Amino acid sequence: MALSRKVSLSAGAKYKGGGPMLAWVLHRISGLGIIIFVTLHVIASFFTQQFGSDLGISINIIYESIYFQLFIVFCAIFHGVNGFRIIVLDIWPRLIRYQKESTWLEWFVILPLYGLTVFIMIQRFLEG
Amino acid sequence: MRSRAMPKPSWNLDYMMWVFTRLSGLSLILLIVIGISAGLLMGARSQMDLGTLMRWTFFPNSNHVLDSEIPDLYLWANGFWQIMQILVVFFAATHGFNGLRVVIEDYSLSGFWQIFLRFLILLLWIFSIMVGIYVILGS
Ligand code: HEM
Repeated sequence: MALSRKVSLSAGAKYKGGGPMLAWVLHRISGLGIIIFVTLHVIASFFTQQFGSDLGISINIIYESIYFQLFIVFCAIFHGVNGFRIIVLDIWPRLIRYQKESTWLEWFVILPLYGLTVFIMIQRFLEG
Repeated sequence: MRSRAMPKPSWNLDYMMWVFTRLSGLSLILLIVIGISAGLLMGARSQMDLGTLMRWTFFPNSNHVLDSEIPDLYLWANGFWQIMQILVVFFAATHGFNGLRVVIEDYSLSGFWQIFLRFLILLLWIFSIMVGIYVILGS
């Protein structure tokens, strides 16, 4: 499966893949974001619970911060909605013709959902 | 750089996991919809906040929402929700660690390092599923 990469990073960054490319990059980042967060969270809770170690508590402080939470909520919403889009296109391959349109469409779902969530989160954060 | 080719349908790891990723993605959406609906019911009497709702939705375990003063929380600790939690843990861990493997193997790995990293991911996968089920059955 290994691919040979003959493209430099700067050339790759200039590639104009548009919406579908952005969706691919964000899908990858969000998927990794979630799996890293979940793994850290499981390990931290496990160590706190079993050994009462401070390690778990210091990891907890990171993801209780509002910045981390804003990031991980975006990851979850984006990954879920975009993943659904990928699955739909895979089930009905003829829809691939509309792949560009589908990436616009998904932002109409993601932006309101994320915007509302951010609004509530920041409101609660400011209330303290 | 070419895009990764879709794995050929047969009994190989890449194709099986390609199918599994899609099925588990759909299953996770379903589990999340069930979790969020139940969470809304659960918090209806106490104006449950968004963070608590999310904690319940993604891991429907009563200990996960202990801090939130939900009345009659013990009613939510039962076999049905234990099964739901095990499903969430199994699908999310398998889907996520396989995704991690896919990303790593996109960066031209072969031979010793590929086998080593696959083994490491396998260990992490087994570890997190075991910890997950241990926590679920113990609570
Ligand atoms: C709402 C539920 C979810 C859906 C619908 C979903 C859907 C998908 C799909 C369809 C893919 C394949 C992408 C491709 O072949 O290009 C994928 C990849 C991936 N998913 Fe998910 N997923 C979900 C939840 C999760 C969770 C909970 C995690 C982490 C624990 C996760 C981590 C990943 C990772 C790391 C990848 C690999 C990314 C890549 O290959 O670029 N996903 N997801």
